[in-house]
Amino acid sequence: MAESVGDKAPSRGPMVLVMAVLGALAGLGGFTLNYGEGLSYFSADPAACANCHIMQPQYDSWQKASHHTVATCVDCHLPATFVAKYLAKAENGYYHSKGFTFGGFREPISIKAANSDILQANCLSCHHAMVADMLVGEGHDGAVRCVHCHATAGHGERAGLGGPD
Amino acid sequence: MKLTWMRAVAIAAVSGGLTALIAALLVNIAERKDEARSAYVELVPVTEDDTDPAIWGRNWPRQYDSYQRTALSTRTRFGGHGGSEALPAEKIERDPWLKRMFLGYAFSIDYRDRRGHAYMLVDQEQTERQTKPQSGSCLHCHGSVMPLYRELGGGDAMKGFEQTFSWSYKDLNQKLHDMGNGHPVSCVDCHSPENMSLRVTRPGFINGIRALASGQAAVPHLPSIQQWRAGDRSRPYDPNQDATRTEMRSYVCGQCHVEYYCANKMPLTFPWAKGLTADDTEAFWNETQFEPGQRFYDYKHAESGAEILKAQHPEFELWSQGIHARSGVACADCHMPYIRDGASKVSDHWVRSPLLNINRACQTCHRVSETEMLARVEGIQERNHGLLQRAGAALMDQLDAMAAATAAGATEAELADARELQRKAQWRLDFIAAENSMGFHAPQEAARVLAEAADYARQGQVSAMRATTR
Repeated sequence: MAESVGDKAPSRGPMVLVMAVLGALAGLGGFTLNYGEGLSYFSADPAACANCHIMQPQYDSWQKASHHTVATCVDCHLPATFVAKYLAKAENGYYHSKGFTFGGFREPISIKAANSDILQANCLSCHHAMVADMLVGEGHDGAVRCVHCHATAGHGERAGLGGPD
Repeated sequence: MKLTWMRAVAIAAVSGGLTALIAALLVNIAERKDEARSAYVELVPVTEDDTDPAIWGRNWPRQYDSYQRTALSTRTRFGGHGGSEALPAEKIERDPWLKRMFLGYAFSIDYRDRRGHAYMLVDQEQTERQTKPQSGSCLHCHGSVMPLYRELGGGDAMKGFEQTFSWSYKDLNQKLHDMGNGHPVSCVDCHSPENMSLRVTRPGFINGIRALASGQAAVPHLPSIQQWRAGDRSRPYDPNQDATRTEMRSYVCGQCHVEYYCANKMPLTFPWAKGLTADDTEAFWNETQFEPGQRFYDYKHAESGAEILKAQHPEFELWSQGIHARSGVACADCHMPYIRDGASKVSDHWVRSPLLNINRACQTCHRVSETEMLARVEGIQERNHGLLQRAGAALMDQLDAMAAATAAGATEAELADARELQRKAQWRLDFIAAENSMGFHAPQEAARVLAEAADYARQGQVSAMRATTR
């Protein structure tokens, strides 16, 4: 018992310290998540995609282009299935956050190969019946994409895309 | 596992580090949000009379910084200048047919490569063309002239403007400097000091675009004019009220980068009532008379006596015939593209050739490499340059034939047709030669105009040769 006397009094100091610091971390983290509108990225609201302002011209032009009544950002730019959708959100979220925080990305911003595949798949998910006969040589090896010709379907004329917001 | 002090401190250190990183992220997000929110901070008030861009530069430092770079020299294959920094090369020495074409006009004395906006006033003050009397009209586009117009017109800029053609350039320029407005084109010339919105100020443009709107010419690239024409026309077309934002991004440039009359017989005039093509503007000049029965001309050619029309730099007019205008691309989209700065965007006020800025100027729309873009443009320009030289050579042959006819004793009447053909040929040749895109603004139209120039010159040559052998 004599030993336990020495043990018994581990002061509560270390625990208090850890709790205090973790509490500060959680508090500031939570505030930042809220301030940065972090939870909105789990939604399908198109306005969330323009949170960071860089996407404002894309958001504005989508509202004026032919597909805005039938498709939102996520309908064209994200896979439909749950796992694939959140993987794509995570990957794009990482690159977008990195780009917007540190800068240094190439402009004008343009779609990456993997996202281009997602986009093409989503064109087909609605229009497959109509275009099935034309689909020769799919994949990124030079196959023709729907938007190669229908470039204005999602965002209208490109002329205004770099423009004022 | 026991929570010893050692471990507690280690956990606290890591958590503290993470907290610091999150705090840094928070500050970054806040900065980005702020950049997106506040377009500018007005540190000093600016008014219609502040022509000094440095004053505006305190409120809009990023725009002002890029504006100042128009003093830097730039070169492309066909644009910019040869020669020294202080004195650009003479165009009339590089292409001797230009000099012969302008004999009888001050441009045969001095006609140099252009420099940037920053030099527009000083270059005009120093050109050797000033050895001939020049009109006050020239300041319309070379100085920040609006307060001077208001002063002369008792508050009404249009009235003041209408007097200036009869002033001498030297006197009017002296007055401009005395009033403290001796600046090249400045912020206030295109922006409202109230809210920085784009606006046009130049009376020549306001009159010209009004005449264009009131006429019949097709303007598929200017939707607001079509809209105004479809209305009741109870008031004249007003670009500042009627034009779209995209149109304004071209109109502000069209205040000066155009064809005009600028000497001392009538106020500065943009010849747009019949339309914007080379043929439309030629028809307008042909119907313009200073005295009854005396058709308009800029000068009589010193060799042949033909009544010549001098083309200025019809960039706005040629752009209007091209695919970019037709597709809703404005001057500023390529010559002043947006630059991103954090979450805010500024348009680049270093106005220059898009070929020096292909990434921002072209690649927003054209998803091909920069080298490919440059190759495409230079292909267009090289072809245009080839046609231009051929048309120039044709005109020289015509002048030779006319000189030979005169030497052989051909009469005035016998050479009348040849002179008329020279007027037509030279107008078309000069329209494309003086235009500052080497045909790029509307390649097919430029080729059409040059083909007509060469054809008229050869017709004139044949006509003169017939007069010789008669």
